[in-house]
Amino acid sequence: MGFELRKIRRRYLALKIEGVKTNARTFEKTILNSILRLFGEYGLSKMHLNLIEFDSESNFAILRCSHNTLCMVRAAIAAIKSIDGESASIHVLGVSGTLKSARRFKSKLI
Amino acid sequence: MTLFVDLHLLAPIENEEAFLNMLSKARKLGYKLVASPLRFDVSEQKIKEVKSKAENSGLDFVSRVDLAPKNVSELLRMLRKFRRKFELIGVLCRYKDVARCAARDRRVDLLCFPYVGRRFFDEAEAELASSSLASLEIDMTPVIEFEGIKRIRLLSVLRMEIEIAFDYDVPVVISSGAYSEHLMRKPREYAALASLFDMPYEKALKCISEIPESIVFRNREKLSPNYIAPGIRVVKWGSNCVKYGEDI
Repeated sequence: MGFELRKIRRRYLALKIEGVKTNARTFEKTILNSILRLFGEYGLSKMHLNLIEFDSESNFAILRCSHNTLCMVRAAIAAIKSIDGESASIHVLGVSGTLKSARRFKSKLI
Repeated sequence: MTLFVDLHLLAPIENEEAFLNMLSKARKLGYKLVASPLRFDVSEQKIKEVKSKAENSGLDFVSRVDLAPKNVSELLRMLRKFRRKFELIGVLCRYKDVARCAARDRRVDLLCFPYVGRRFFDEAEAELASSSLASLEIDMTPVIEFEGIKRIRLLSVLRMEIEIAFDYDVPVVISSGAYSEHLMRKPREYAALASLFDMPYEKALKCISEIPESIVFRNREKLSPNYIAPGIRVVKWGSNCVKYGEDI
């Protein structure tokens, strides 16, 4: 019996940025900084975090993480109070298991 | 569907525009029941006005007052004066004797503690609170706002207090404590933030929905003219009611 590698279950978070216009790089940096502050490098390494989509026009983003660290990612996102020195907040529009359904949350912005 | 409640939204009632903006944002974030602390001297007319404005935004508004007494006699005097005027009473416990008295008194709904300096929520306080109706209120804005060592200390204290509260069956209420729009978060985001002080996600959701909702409805029932005593209330008024001594 060999070691069985389990497939990582992923979650896609549809996010809305409020209060500031930003770009993908700054946004990703802000989220990474918040996670590092709260959970450290060890916590971040377990999250398998990836910014999948970023729309600067509508301030909409999709972030991918592993399903068992979803709560930690949510907490780190909620703890963000500024982006690039300007007051801002990021809200989770919804969480889904597929990218296709995560994109549907974009309609909630309107 | 879960009814989410924010019992400590610091919306400025004097500034009507900002107040309405915060209320509409609360509605958008998924809250249905919101409480804002009012001034002691606010008139009944003003409370009605605020409630109708909140109703237009699709929210149920709860009148609340925050008491910050310096000693026990001041607390008791304030409770006597304001209990029947406001639906919710929170006591900011800055002194130990005030904290103990507030935990013991059945007229107090929420026990609030300062986020900087000493907090008096220990085993003795929890035991008193569990025998009365008081709940421990935790604001999430300091968790968001504080950074570095200040946040580390706060999380450590909150972790300890939550453990004590659960051990002694003291209800815990999670509120926003937000004073501006950019500090307001969705209920599920607050529940996720509560995991920072080791509160399970499902329990945290109850602390934002079921527990505060039950406090508000219990108080509203008590303040209604039909309330007589716990378990006794008037179900019918008027001439068609059965008179005392008549056969039913």
